[in-house]
Amino acid sequence: MTAAMPAPTLQVLTANRLRDGAVLYRKGEGWVLTLAEADIYADKASADAALATATAELVRNLFVAPYLFEVRRQDDRVVPVKEREIIRAAGPTTYLYTGKQAGQFPPDPALEGPFQTSVTDA
Amino acid sequence: MLNSTAVQPNMYRYDEFDRKFVGERVEQFAYQVERRLKGELTEDQFKPLRLMNGLYLQLHAYMLRIAVPYGTLSSRQVRKLAHIARTYDKNFGHFTTRTNMQFNWIRLIDVPAIQRELASVEMHCIQTSGNCVRNTTADQFAGATDEEIEDPRPLAEIIRQWSSLHPEFVFLARKFKIAVGACKKDRAAMQWHDMAVQVVKNQEGRTGYLVMAGGGMGRTPYIAHVMKEFVEREDILAYLEAVLRVYNQDSRRDNIHKQRIKILINTIGPEEMRRRVEREFQELKKMGTLTLPKAELDRIAAYFAPPAFETGLPDTIPDAGPDFANWVKTNVNRHKAPGYAIATITLKTPGQVPGDATAEQMEAIADIMDEFSVGEVRVTHEQNLVLPHVRKKDLPAIHARLKALDFAAPNAGLITDIIACPGLDYCDLANARSIPIAQKIAKRFENLDRQHEIGELKIKISGCINACGHHHAGHIGILGVDKKGVEFYQLLLGGSGAEDSAIGTIMGPGFGEHEIADAVERVVGLYLKERKDGERFLDTYRRIGMEPFKNVAYQEQLYAAYTG
Repeated sequence: MTAAMPAPTLQVLTANRLRDGAVLYRKGEGWVLTLAEADIYADKASADAALATATAELVRNLFVAPYLFEVRRQDDRVVPVKEREIIRAAGPTTYLYTGKQAGQFPPDPALEGPFQTSVTDA
Repeated sequence: MLNSTAVQPNMYRYDEFDRKFVGERVEQFAYQVERRLKGELTEDQFKPLRLMNGLYLQLHAYMLRIAVPYGTLSSRQVRKLAHIARTYDKNFGHFTTRTNMQFNWIRLIDVPAIQRELASVEMHCIQTSGNCVRNTTADQFAGATDEEIEDPRPLAEIIRQWSSLHPEFVFLARKFKIAVGACKKDRAAMQWHDMAVQVVKNQEGRTGYLVMAGGGMGRTPYIAHVMKEFVEREDILAYLEAVLRVYNQDSRRDNIHKQRIKILINTIGPEEMRRRVEREFQELKKMGTLTLPKAELDRIAAYFAPPAFETGLPDTIPDAGPDFANWVKTNVNRHKAPGYAIATITLKTPGQVPGDATAEQMEAIADIMDEFSVGEVRVTHEQNLVLPHVRKKDLPAIHARLKALDFAAPNAGLITDIIACPGLDYCDLANARSIPIAQKIAKRFENLDRQHEIGELKIKISGCINACGHHHAGHIGILGVDKKGVEFYQLLLGGSGAEDSAIGTIMGPGFGEHEIADAVERVVGLYLKERKDGERFLDTYRRIGMEPFKNVAYQEQLYAAYTG
């Protein structure tokens, strides 16, 4: 009898947007605001490569603190393994009317350019 | 919008120097934010700058921490906080155990505007984070209680001025927290501070200060040691400087877990620490540059002069029904002036997030402050608010107004008056959530008769070992831990943050999120069974020890293990 193959570790790359701290997820060469849209890396090499690319992009000063975290597939959804990332992806469990769980999305990161002139200009 | 009829309480007001100082600092940070957004500063360069201005990056957004010096706020300031909550956050703010205000959904691009708004009401975020002297806290009944020798807030204000951007202490090994008090009753968790100053009288009846140092929570909890029993008034800054200077020179900087003053004092011993501090103190005294002139102390104290209390007021509390009577029993305290009382507003109605207030609630409280409490409120380290000077005859009206805000819970000091840090719902450092556990336990013990039957019982919950929720000092402490990404909660018993300060003892392995409220209930049940007349939970625990509590707390796990 052969032992069952361990499930591959699935990972997602995340960061926070510099201008407002919004939680971002890597998709292709850019970022999205929801975990559901994020790229999932099924092997360590592709995950590490995505992190290396993002780290090199830090000099553009659009996002900070990129890191990888583990997810698993549950039915048709992607669910973080750790509670911390579940809360980051959804919002506080105490006020369900706040955060991404309530559809409160800051402007789409794809539309965000580099900082222009006024620090008070939203 | 600011209310033009806001009452200006007797509290420190900025002079020309303060206004310039804070204004320049705000513009300096605005420029740093601008440079960061333009990419002229890297995150590594910017992080220490933003931390020195109270700005953290948390789970969902930036968090901005605003200093509330010694917990004192005017109604004008409370309205400004409400405005910031509504304009820049999600309509609520959070009062912390350092008596500060935190906003959890701040955008970096808005911070300069927010700090300018704060400066317009004499508030700022300076030194609310980073390795420096943090906001000095005080007894929330200061200036109102008849138990104190004098109002300790003038000293707290002098400490604030001395420690703000002090060139020698801006980059300490770690953060440094100071508390002040002026009576035997400790409402400010003084013995848990890096340094605490208590106003005392010596044998000749002269007023001076007792200084303690080396208390602290976190990974390695310690109760403070007395450094000097009596420091003369004019020498207090020299003595505090001596303590900080020894700490700054001799503390370790190679290990983040060993950098607080508590570690230094408990490594070299309190006697050696006293010797080193005394040597430094004598040197500073010889130089004479840190002598605190009486005129300066008097000048600052004048800002905190008691309000003009009315005379001839009825000195009895009116009868206004059972709800009101219950509230008076727990939330109203004796005042030094006849006809007056101190009223505590617990931000802890069971089910609420401890310490949170919406913009509308803050504005309504500001109105109550103006109408009934000379425009003043105090923030407590237990995440409540205090109206320090209210007429007894106004208490029913105040209670009715608080009831409409859902802030009239008659539970100050009871089991539902729980301290909880923001925990994993917001905090980047947290391992587990604190707020939902506090809510669950508070709902479990919501029945008021039961709460009063249990009596004084302080539950304090932290979402990680950093102990912002003061779990070490809880009669029942709860510490959230992470086990492979899942939240577990350790119980601690026997801690205290009062004059009988003690470090809680960890009971054993953690409980699951769905088990912890049951475990607390079993512990409380045993206390009710075992207590003798007049014993608080803490007294019973101290008499019978951990073992009986441990046996009941784990009973279901033991039963499961036994039965397989």
